[in-house]
Amino acid sequence: MSTATATPPAASRVTAEELAVLNKPSRGGKYWASQIAIVAGMAFIVLYCIAPFYWMIVSSLRLPTEGRETSFWPDPVSFENYPAVFLPENGFGRALLNSVIVSLTTTLLTLLLGILGAYALARLRFWAKGLVLSIIIACSMFPGITLLIPLFKMFTGAYSWMPINWMNTYQALIIPSLSFGLPLCVWNLTAFFRQLPVELEQAAMVDGCSPGQAFRKIILPLAAPGVFTTAIITFIAVWNEFMIALTFGTQQSMYTAVVSLSKFTGAYGYDTPWGTIMAAGVLITVPLIIGVLIFQRRIVAGLTAGGVK
Amino acid sequence: MSQGVATTLAGITPPITEKRKKNLLSDGQGTLAAILISPTMLVILFVVGIPILLSLRESVYLKATAVDPTTGLIPEGESFVGLANFTDIFNNPQTVSGVWGHMDRLVNSFWNVTFFTVVCVGLETILGVAMALIMARAFRGKGFVRAAILIPWAIPTLASARMWGLIFDSNGVMNIIVGQKILWLADNVYSQWAVIVADVWKTAPFIGLLTLAGLQTIPTDVYEAARVDGANAWQQFTRITLPMVKPALVVAVLFRTLDTMRMFDLPWGMIGPGKYSVETISMFAYVENNQLRYGSAAAYSLLLFAYIVIVAFLFVRLLGADVIGDEESRAITAQRKKQKELAKAARGRAPLAKSTISSGEAQA
Repeated sequence: MSTATATPPAASRVTAEELAVLNKPSRGGKYWASQIAIVAGMAFIVLYCIAPFYWMIVSSLRLPTEGRETSFWPDPVSFENYPAVFLPENGFGRALLNSVIVSLTTTLLTLLLGILGAYALARLRFWAKGLVLSIIIACSMFPGITLLIPLFKMFTGAYSWMPINWMNTYQALIIPSLSFGLPLCVWNLTAFFRQLPVELEQAAMVDGCSPGQAFRKIILPLAAPGVFTTAIITFIAVWNEFMIALTFGTQQSMYTAVVSLSKFTGAYGYDTPWGTIMAAGVLITVPLIIGVLIFQRRIVAGLTAGGVK
Repeated sequence: MSQGVATTLAGITPPITEKRKKNLLSDGQGTLAAILISPTMLVILFVVGIPILLSLRESVYLKATAVDPTTGLIPEGESFVGLANFTDIFNNPQTVSGVWGHMDRLVNSFWNVTFFTVVCVGLETILGVAMALIMARAFRGKGFVRAAILIPWAIPTLASARMWGLIFDSNGVMNIIVGQKILWLADNVYSQWAVIVADVWKTAPFIGLLTLAGLQTIPTDVYEAARVDGANAWQQFTRITLPMVKPALVVAVLFRTLDTMRMFDLPWGMIGPGKYSVETISMFAYVENNQLRYGSAAAYSLLLFAYIVIVAFLFVRLLGADVIGDEESRAITAQRKKQKELAKAARGRAPLAKSTISSGEAQA
């Protein structure tokens, strides 16, 4: 856009005054107007993204009795809502633990399966590749509710061929989560594996590696950042999942953090305890946001790789 | 593909045998691929494939709920009812009155889904593209903005639902901003807009992020050439930016569309279950399932599935969304298409033997 700093190749034939004239328009009013517009636009984007979240934090820092206050800064700043979140009747600590267990297990399982599958999809040639890719992408577009109804019947033992009762167990929270976690994971990893130059493996194979060895010794170490990013994205997706967790965890001891948040009645009587709810919301969100901020570059790369192509 | 080679080298090429299907590059990879991919496919079969089949089965069964007049008991088990679960939408409607007037509860939720999808995705796309354009032009502070943009994406939808619930509270900050006392959460038209605002907030930055990635692949010399040719900013946007960012944008919009169509958490957490003004098909099917009416729940969820499939198909057909993005598959499809066309052309003018062309495509 700005060509002010570029020296014209034929500089010797242009006098200093002419150069000044040439350079002037780009630094003129129009230039500054566009710069200001861009800065204003950036400020708008940041404000747009942060303002509601700021409101959640501010509301969590009010006095418990002032849940609906609308001052833009809490006065006085109070942290009373945070201990209130962990009162035993809320079971929030257990819910956080459940969320960690479910999200971690699902992420590890999907990675374990996904790495293998994604490598095959990214590198190997086989006739059903298009079909497999279509199935995986179709799974990620699926309405969860279509799967949930039969799974609910299966896990409650309503089918005589599956006499189990998995309600309020970890497996009932984890296995259905694979239905969206696995396609997401395979899809992202496939994009990452494709970005690695194929020459690396070819060189390894020329040196006598089998495709399996080339994968283990060359690709896997190089793909570690991509695997890590996929792990974060999958973890966040499972952590944020609501419908499955709501269906299969019906006892308070098996709520995940998100379900617990949806059922919050809090400690302060009949009136909706907004302060406590917001505090719980902040507690659920802040670990994710810290992780996202630390790894933002990678996550953006992961999201765009999986989403765009 | 080998046509050109075959004709130009007709004199010297040895006759090509029919059995040249083996590819030296891919020999032996099929087995390895099968081993690697089968665990994933098995899991998908168990958590997706079997449930879909069972869903189809459920949708044509009905659990007996009516009291048997002769015994006075509710009979056990379920019976095959064919398509009754689907036709009951019209024959035996469960009339509710949401924003769209009196109609069957499923039809009402269908209109809600359609309305949400069109409005949310439309607004998100416009805002997202605008954000991407701003970010692409910025020199400084890119990292900071990108960090900010990831916050709405990372917040759990349910936490955002509760957050917006407070903002849209009747005594909340939104009413102070608009200067009126609107009951946003009271199951009315305003509730729909409250949900739309919350959804757009959460996902417009995401579209922005994906569009930005597409924008960054456009080489700058294209713009320079356009400027030399005298194109103004708007022409550059509509003639260069949009067409070149289209592949990325269409895929992003497709994913967002399908995601909005199955919306569940946001209206549930913000307005609550059983609120007809914002009830989506997912929510309705969920409620039915909770009442142990598996038949109708499965039927409704399958209708949603069919709706999503149709929309996805239209996206791929009309807008050319290349969802898979695998070059090999794309090449294979292109090759098949070409071969089909060639075969068709060959059939069309069968009497004119192809072999009469002596050099290249000179007479094509």
